[in-house]
Amino acid sequence: MSEPSQQHAVAPIGRRVDAVESVLADQGLRPAEFVVEATKTAEERWVPENGARVVAKAWTDPEFRRRLLANGKSAVAELGYELPRHHRHLVVLEDTPTVHNVICCTLCSCTAFTIIGLPPDWYKDLEYRSRVVRESRTVLKEMGLDLPPEVEIRVWDTTADTRYIVLPLRPPGTEGWSEERLASIVTRDSMIGVARLSAGAA
Amino acid sequence: MDGIHDMGGRQGFGRVRHSPNAGAFHADWEKRVNALYSLAVRSGIFNMDEYRHAIERMEPRHYVSASYYERSLTSLATLLVEKGLVTRDELERRAQGSFPLASPSAPGRSNVPGRERFAVGDRVVVRSDHVPGHVRMPAYIRGKRGVVVGESPPYPFPDAHAHGVAADDECTYDVRFATAELWPNAADDAFVHVGVFRSYLLAAP
Repeated sequence: MSEPSQQHAVAPIGRRVDAVESVLADQGLRPAEFVVEATKTAEERWVPENGARVVAKAWTDPEFRRRLLANGKSAVAELGYELPRHHRHLVVLEDTPTVHNVICCTLCSCTAFTIIGLPPDWYKDLEYRSRVVRESRTVLKEMGLDLPPEVEIRVWDTTADTRYIVLPLRPPGTEGWSEERLASIVTRDSMIGVARLSAGAA
Repeated sequence: MDGIHDMGGRQGFGRVRHSPNAGAFHADWEKRVNALYSLAVRSGIFNMDEYRHAIERMEPRHYVSASYYERSLTSLATLLVEKGLVTRDELERRAQGSFPLASPSAPGRSNVPGRERFAVGDRVVVRSDHVPGHVRMPAYIRGKRGVVVGESPPYPFPDAHAHGVAADDECTYDVRFATAELWPNAADDAFVHVGVFRSYLLAAP
């Protein structure tokens, strides 16, 4: 079963996908329709702007921040965001001037994708998965985040179905900004924890 | 299983190819695979633990050379064959070529008898178990000591759920490990937190 049959070359990826889709169609599952619907959901509803709104609200509403840190899943639901049923818990990791959090999944590529979007390639690549747990400071520096030595790094490996997002530090120079304007500077990278934010991005 | 998928702490990989603005998909077939595996899960053909385990069972050379969505497709196709929805021959006939699938599964296991309960602040040690089937304990924490910093609600026990073995749901604990404990004198100084199932843990002596 593990060895590819020797008679033929490996089928091109598109034809392998066609073959699998035809099997699901045989089951009456209407895969073609589902692909359209699921892709629309992934591209339009599961976007990092969701997490950005959560972060901006946490920066401006101390009561919401408290609820978010106590129970991420129920707090994001207040803003209309859901996690898949099997993600039963969302832990929000609060950065401070002396603590920096970063998330990963060394075993596969798990993320809170309904909140921060489907993970980018580099998050799923073997380089990030192998190195960020063991060489976090080096990897972050290579990715452009050179943390001062006094900042403690906390890496979170998503090995179960609990999900994590980082609540980044609110950058200086954003005093008095509206929630919308604040949300516009929050990036997916900052919610994964490979970037800090600056007011200049808006 | 101590598979090729268990990447945490492996050495020899280079710089992360960071692309801050890249989209999640680069081709239509990737969108289709992402939707089709999710359709199969929703339809009850297999569960997420079976799906993850079939990726882990890929032949290692195939695993490291395949893209993320090719790994996803390989798992999906493997499970459709294993669940009896199609034969491998028929799948290859439809694909008009060979269709590499994952290797067969080893037996799963149920919850560990006598597993303990923990509270935030408890010192724990990860059991030195070597599990032939699916397991969500990365090898880099095997036998290592840490401190419980959080508790999650009960989840299906992956070691059983990926194999159709009956088991109780188990909570996971977020356990904090110092990198000096995980890789003494051979890692950047930091804390690594791992979501660890109850069955994988013992109270630290």
